[in-house]
Amino acid sequence: MSASVAVVRFPGTNCEFDVAEAVTALGGEPTIVFHDEVSLGSADSVVIAGGFAHGDYLRPGAIARFSPIMEAVSRFALEGGAVIGICNGFQVLCESHLLPGALQKNAGLRFKCGTARLRVESNRSALTEQCDVGDELDIPINHFEGNYTCSEETLAELRDNDRIVLRYVENPNGSVDDIAGICNEGRNVVGLMPHPERACNPLLGSNDGVPLMRSLLESALASA
Amino acid sequence: MTFDVVVEVRLRPGIADPQGATIERALPALGFDGVSSVGVGKSIRFTLESADEESARAELADLCERFLSNPVIEDSEITLTPVAS
Repeated sequence: MSASVAVVRFPGTNCEFDVAEAVTALGGEPTIVFHDEVSLGSADSVVIAGGFAHGDYLRPGAIARFSPIMEAVSRFALEGGAVIGICNGFQVLCESHLLPGALQKNAGLRFKCGTARLRVESNRSALTEQCDVGDELDIPINHFEGNYTCSEETLAELRDNDRIVLRYVENPNGSVDDIAGICNEGRNVVGLMPHPERACNPLLGSNDGVPLMRSLLESALASA
Repeated sequence: MTFDVVVEVRLRPGIADPQGATIERALPALGFDGVSSVGVGKSIRFTLESADEESARAELADLCERFLSNPVIEDSEITLTPVAS
């Protein structure tokens, strides 16, 4: 049995095929779901792919949040289903209040495009359970608004409950506490700025994204 | 009633404002030496139909909280002016 993954596409999303390719290569079954649909079908997991949903107008994720499909995604997340938001998908999850905090413009106002080294800080999440704490992964980043920001209380809650799942070894964007990825209280919703789907084949320079994508497929199968 | 509305969205105190900082750093090169505390925000303008000013303000507060600003990082200030019918 293979894990089915709904890959959400808004107008302006541009990483849905990369995600679908990586999922297929690892034995999963991706389905691209458009933003105006109201159901995720029989998917066992959801990826909100990167890009510029609705042109990033107003704020990244601000308009995508009100797309019809997001009601289904919220319901799926609240029922414990694995939901991963990558890059713009992370911004959408924060705007949807499925994850706390917000993503601000990068410190220094530079668009960051390159490979970032990440350290796995927690393997208790839908995206990292196949990793070991302390693993270092080289994963591409590609963003202008990836500077994770939250209140002191939220930061304390994230730290105290082991909800910071990935940190940058060298902070590229000013994120508070070097945060690259966080999870929700139930550990089934994870958002991260780096793109693990672009690091699933050695031909692309790194296949360090494989354990992350594999974790997602395993989480999907566990809840199927 | 019809209102002209201006919503000004600005970063909350304590939230880094890289655009403001960049503009501020550029100013001395142009000879503007006395400018400080530069902040960059957005201004959103529209007209609103509502029964009266009170209901307009309630609706706008909700609109700003849920959509026009992200309260985690932004504050908003609403200015509304009745349009003479």
